[in-house]
Amino acid sequence: MKKIVALVLVLMMAVCSAAALAEEEKVMTHEEYIAAELDTAVTLETYVQATQAWWDGKITVYAQSPDGAYFIYNMTCAEEDAAKLVPGTKIRVKGYKAEWAGEVELAEGATFEIIEGEPFIAEAEDVTAKLGTDELINCQNELVAFKGMTVEAYDETGAAFAYKNAENKTDDLYFKVSKDGATYDFCVEYYLCNESTDVYKAVENLKVGDVIDLEGFLYWYNGANPHITKVTPAQ
Amino acid sequence: MKKGKRTALLLLLLLIMLLLSACHGSQTRGSLKIPEQLDESKPIHLVFWAKNDTNKVQTAVYRQAIDDFQTLYPNVSIDLRLYADYSRIYQDVITNISTNTTPNICITYPDHIATYLTGNHVVLPLDELIADGKFGLGGSELRYDSPKAEEMVPEFMEECRINGTTYALPYMRSTEALYINQDFVEKLGYQVPDVLTWDFVWEVSEKAMEKNEDGTFKLNGQKVMIPFIYKSTDNMMISMLKQLNAPYSSEQGEVLIFNDTTRSLLETIYQHAKTRAFSTFAISSYPGNFLNAGQCVFALDSTAGATWMGSDAPMLDIHEEQVVPFTTAVRPIPQFQPENPLMISQGPSVCVFSKEDDQEVLASWLFAQYLVSDRVQLSYAETEGYLPVTLKAQNSEAYQEYVSRKGEDNNAHYAVKIEASELLRAYTSHTFTTPVFNGSASLRSAAGQLVENVTRSARRKEELSDAYFDRLYSEVSSLYRLDQIGINAQKEENSGSRELPAESRALLIVIPAVWILIIVFRICRLRKERQKNRKTKGIR
Repeated sequence: MKKIVALVLVLMMAVCSAAALAEEEKVMTHEEYIAAELDTAVTLETYVQATQAWWDGKITVYAQSPDGAYFIYNMTCAEEDAAKLVPGTKIRVKGYKAEWAGEVELAEGATFEIIEGEPFIAEAEDVTAKLGTDELINCQNELVAFKGMTVEAYDETGAAFAYKNAENKTDDLYFKVSKDGATYDFCVEYYLCNESTDVYKAVENLKVGDVIDLEGFLYWYNGANPHITKVTPAQ
Repeated sequence: MKKGKRTALLLLLLLIMLLLSACHGSQTRGSLKIPEQLDESKPIHLVFWAKNDTNKVQTAVYRQAIDDFQTLYPNVSIDLRLYADYSRIYQDVITNISTNTTPNICITYPDHIATYLTGNHVVLPLDELIADGKFGLGGSELRYDSPKAEEMVPEFMEECRINGTTYALPYMRSTEALYINQDFVEKLGYQVPDVLTWDFVWEVSEKAMEKNEDGTFKLNGQKVMIPFIYKSTDNMMISMLKQLNAPYSSEQGEVLIFNDTTRSLLETIYQHAKTRAFSTFAISSYPGNFLNAGQCVFALDSTAGATWMGSDAPMLDIHEEQVVPFTTAVRPIPQFQPENPLMISQGPSVCVFSKEDDQEVLASWLFAQYLVSDRVQLSYAETEGYLPVTLKAQNSEAYQEYVSRKGEDNNAHYAVKIEASELLRAYTSHTFTTPVFNGSASLRSAAGQLVENVTRSARRKEELSDAYFDRLYSEVSSLYRLDQIGINAQKEENSGSRELPAESRALLIVIPAVWILIIVFRICRLRKERQKNRKTKGIR
């Protein structure tokens, strides 16, 4: 009898452990991720869309799946693996959900593995009509497009943009664009698009009053603050 | 014998020449022979790396300083390269040391200089220059009004000394301050004391977490409230340990931070992070943004960030409509012994890099020194809650007038900014710094990482235990290679391989040389006597 009880107990423990493990490892859908509380452990499968420059064993990833997008901040990554994170690559990421100045993200220190799968490259969704509405946050981190935006003076000097580091042009670029009387803050994130990129040069050449189309990742910093990757004259 | 005598004399001459050249002629990078005057017949080009806090006014101060200096010394031209953060300057200097392409002058921290010093003769020792009658502090040949050595704030000068040698001049100084929403504290039934204790801050913070039935916070009626946010968790742990006189590191670089006091402090932090009464910049964002939005009671940040603090702050990082009006109180950081408050002294210093050309080095020193002249000190200090590093500037009429106009406007005379800089002035003798050695910057980061990890663990509902702390200490130690720092410190202590002062090195050369000379003379004398004896005895 004792043996049977012991065996049952062992079996129950094994089942519970397996269930707990499965729970921890369960790959979330984007909907489940959004519903999850902050600071909970999450596992995601998604596709790399772009990365910021690798630095000191870390890389920040803009990722998107057909059902939603993710910002993975300072993911643990060896330098040789960083080169493998090309757009479209499918990855499984384990980390913790966090929020920093309104940006919902996977916190620093998430780990990843590259997994087999057809590549996925997101197409930019036009969210111009959602600017200034509560709906916009539902597209957080996605590759988005803004059409027919007018460049506004960035500051009292009348400049069309500002360098974060004005002296050396090796840092973020900030600029403002408006639509229907409302003005919005946009940014070219230097570690995503540095001074050698077309978008960096395009923003440096903007003039107040230019009407432009833009694409970028819908990053959040105390409100929408897209990281712009493409600027073209309005079509 | 004649031949032997000549050989001995020649040997002696050679030794003397060697000694002379060792003492006076071994001018390599790192040892400057101060020129009699600055050579104005040739152009001298300098490179200056600095940080500007993304503040345009600070950039303008640097530019003006360069323009003014170039007017005073027309053959000197200076290229300014600005960085957004100190760690990037540090990384770039490290990279450029190996290629011999360091800048001439650089804004930096003593912790970083300690690492630069592992390179041979990279950073110029300044003691001789400081004391030089012509070009030293307050020197007779300067074309500007420079402070005398005794007019530098002694505490700040001391911070620039590493192993007894001065390797930098302080440029600006700040400390940390507690920026308080006074209205919230009073609403919770408390008065803001002159010096707050940690217990007071924790107690008020917990009380601020009370919620209404609808889930909003009673204190602000909002859904967000983080009562206590610390910007620099490195400083948090370092200051707490210092206030408790608990070990952090030895002067030589032995890592002592993993101790029972640290654990006890982390356990307290964990408790308040678990209730969400405490958070950090790395986890939640800038303390000032939460403070200004009425979502924080105690925002702990540098006095050099005072222009972002308070609902009337001239710098704003959130939308105007999010700002909630309140009265801002500025106080020293929380204390364990409020009768003997202790707070960190921080802020940039300026160092000069060694170069082959003495004229280039002299010009670099003249510019570095120009940065501590009243004109630059006063202009830069007013950009933020910085304190000038010279008593000359602090006591100047211009500075006194600036301070006396506190609160006249919300820009140049923004009250919170001036109160923050005056806080450091009032508590200068209560400031401290941590020991500086190769690796001290990593140890600082590790101190902060402990706080960050424990705070994250609390939020993630991980439990604390002996095993948790073993793992935490091991992970943080490994991440920042603290075991290597310990080994290096031990090796240096055991082998005495730390670099000796120039005088000691000269003595180490002279003493064996004298012994060699004595032995040579003795041998010559013995040979002479032997020959004499042979002649006397008639032996051929």
